[in-house]
Amino acid sequence: MDSTRRSFLKILGVTAAGLTVRPSADAWALGAKPRGAAPLDNALVGKRWAMVIDLQKLTDKVRKDAVEACNRAHNIPHYENHDDEIKWIWEEGYHNAFPGQHNHHLPVELTRDPLLVLCNHCENPPCVRVCPTKATFQREDGIVMMDYHRCIGCRFCMAGCPYGSRSFNFWDPRKQPPLVNEKGEFDPPSPDYPTRMRGVVEKCNFCAERLAKGKLPACVEASNGALLFGDLADHESEVAKALRSRYSIRRKPDLGTEPQVYYLI
Amino acid sequence: MKIYDAGKVIAGLIIFFVVFTFPVYYNHGKVEPAPKPSLETEKIQSLYEKNCVEDKATMRSGHMLLLDKWRDTVVRDRLRSYAGFKGTRFEMSLSNTCMDCHSNKEQFCDACHNYAGVTPYCWECHLTPKEMK
Amino acid sequence: MLEKALHGSEKYWGWVVALLALIGLGFATYLLQYFQGLGVTGMSRDISWGIYISQLTYLVGVAASGVMLVLPYYLHDYKEFGKITILGEFMAVAAVMTCMLFVLVDLGQPMRLLNIFLYPTPNSILFWDAVVLNVYMLLNIVIGWTVLQAQRKDVPPPKWVKPLIYISIPWAFSIHTVTAFLYAGLPGRHFWLTAIMAPRFLASAFAAGPAILLLIAFILRKVTGFDPGRKAIGALAKIITYAMIANVFFFLLEIFTAFYSNIPGHKHTFIYLFAGLEGHHGLVPFMWASQFFSLVALVLLIPPRFRHNEKLLIVALASLVLGTWIDKGLGLVVGGFVPNMLEHVTEYIPTVPELIITVGVYAIGLFVLTILFKIAVSVKQEIGG
Repeated sequence: MDSTRRSFLKILGVTAAGLTVRPSADAWALGAKPRGAAPLDNALVGKRWAMVIDLQKLTDKVRKDAVEACNRAHNIPHYENHDDEIKWIWEEGYHNAFPGQHNHHLPVELTRDPLLVLCNHCENPPCVRVCPTKATFQREDGIVMMDYHRCIGCRFCMAGCPYGSRSFNFWDPRKQPPLVNEKGEFDPPSPDYPTRMRGVVEKCNFCAERLAKGKLPACVEASNGALLFGDLADHESEVAKALRSRYSIRRKPDLGTEPQVYYLI
Repeated sequence: MKIYDAGKVIAGLIIFFVVFTFPVYYNHGKVEPAPKPSLETEKIQSLYEKNCVEDKATMRSGHMLLLDKWRDTVVRDRLRSYAGFKGTRFEMSLSNTCMDCHSNKEQFCDACHNYAGVTPYCWECHLTPKEMK
Repeated sequence: MLEKALHGSEKYWGWVVALLALIGLGFATYLLQYFQGLGVTGMSRDISWGIYISQLTYLVGVAASGVMLVLPYYLHDYKEFGKITILGEFMAVAAVMTCMLFVLVDLGQPMRLLNIFLYPTPNSILFWDAVVLNVYMLLNIVIGWTVLQAQRKDVPPPKWVKPLIYISIPWAFSIHTVTAFLYAGLPGRHFWLTAIMAPRFLASAFAAGPAILLLIAFILRKVTGFDPGRKAIGALAKIITYAMIANVFFFLLEIFTAFYSNIPGHKHTFIYLFAGLEGHHGLVPFMWASQFFSLVALVLLIPPRFRHNEKLLIVALASLVLGTWIDKGLGLVVGGFVPNMLEHVTEYIPTVPELIITVGVYAIGLFVLTILFKIAVSVKQEIGG
């Protein structure tokens, strides 16, 4: 009696486990691509997107405009508390952006003013290497993307990024200014980009949503020529030419990440 | 065969049965009619051919699967253009394509979702027509 | 055998109810975090892992340390561990489960946890950590339960358990190695980027885990009369002593490399932890306390005369657990984030909700441990072992 009851319970358990598998097997069957999926007609297509920041043209106004343009374009919330900040592109001191690449005798003009830092869209991105769900991944054109739908919020990528380029939504971004106006209504500055939800990581996406529609990144557009953007695989692109003609540096090049944001000295 | 603790076992089974079937008799006789999603928007009325990206039956039963595929294709495969079933091209975008025609989210989306008791979390990030104006 | 957990003294039930109360409190607080976001914790953009992930790290060590009983008992046929090996295995089960709960409460989107398995990503160490932890828990449940059941019926354990036991031994090493790899492979985090992270983890684990087990065994002896035996205690104390020596040795190696090489990035975190950096010294007293406790533990453990004195042994073990907990369950994870990648210093102070949730998760672990140990001890006493 005892042994048969036990084996009955075992069979019951296995059956119950089997039932949980069936529905998800159904979902996996839907693998096909959407019909005729293609890029939009006017999309900007590249093989190795890169940004070049000209430190000589980077005035106070340019920096502020670029950051503001990005914040507006991506509905980035503003937090008073430094701990909760969401930053895609922001100002940093020279010594903070380039630790280990300074000495005491650099030109004052170089180190006096802050510069702009953002995700470097590394060729060998450590954040992509550590992500356990492929929520952050590298596109063929080099852009390191976030899939907010898949992110579980483990923040391994934040530990993995050597540039501090990633932010986590500690709170519901929709409840923060400027997404909430003075009257307390949800009133996002940009209708072209969704907000995020709490509990996911976000960062600069090189304005993938704008490239797809034939537009340059918002910060580049607002930079009055101080920020260049283009395809480094194309020898004749503006960025490739600029890098051939002037000396440039990258952040923490010794880590082997191959950043794709270059700073013209 | 002897059942140990028969009284407790049977009482337990009865309680389980009563609780388990609670929704059935609680809702008995209170049938709510299924809502009809409204197509009354300016944009749809102005269309010469009133076609969605897929035929009505496909959309009705599978719009969530379609949207799920769309989002993966847009975010992960960087393809944004979709060939509708009549050959027309659409941008794969919930906020900009679907909601452009179906700008009446309350009557179109919410009515059914509320009836079916589902709460898709699309709107936690994607903007509704009201939020976009 | 589960029914053994349903019969106990008033004290036993009092303890169980107390744990359940803590679990309830922790769960309620977790709901607050779940609905508001991880903003209710002390974590920040700069210090993006805090006490939760620290506890994961510490407890993986506790779980792995079960092997310090399993290995001598099964590989070297060291009979003295016959009575307490089951405790090591069951402690491993409770510890791994607690680890995984700490990962869960740390997630921003816990409902998507299964994405780790729906989109398996072999290049992510976290994916492998999830795999090895689950398998290790399963191995220990199956092995511990089956062997205990066999002992109860006074028959030799079934043959198929043997290979599982042999697998579980390297597996124990693997869980803590993989956990070390979470940290040791990140470019730019100099404090973590060290090849001896895994050996360091194992050494501290093999000191702290058995120390916790021995302390629990002493409590069990007092409460239930279950005696692990003098020789088993002595042997375990010896293992703890050597592991702790290795642990401190490894730590000193890190200090040497950082300061003799004089590379700023390698020194920064140590300076922050032990002296403070740019006016921030929140962890300094803790880290020195950790050194003090470790020193006390070593002084009381190394001379056999002290170690064999049970009162001193208890003091030694308690200081060892405190010392290693501060070092690994606080300084190691948080320290790795200071200074941040742009050389700013942000400090981390866990919030009250965060601490309540931590206590709640520990209470779940203790609850499982209590149930499992209750079963193990009851069975052992039933067979007069």
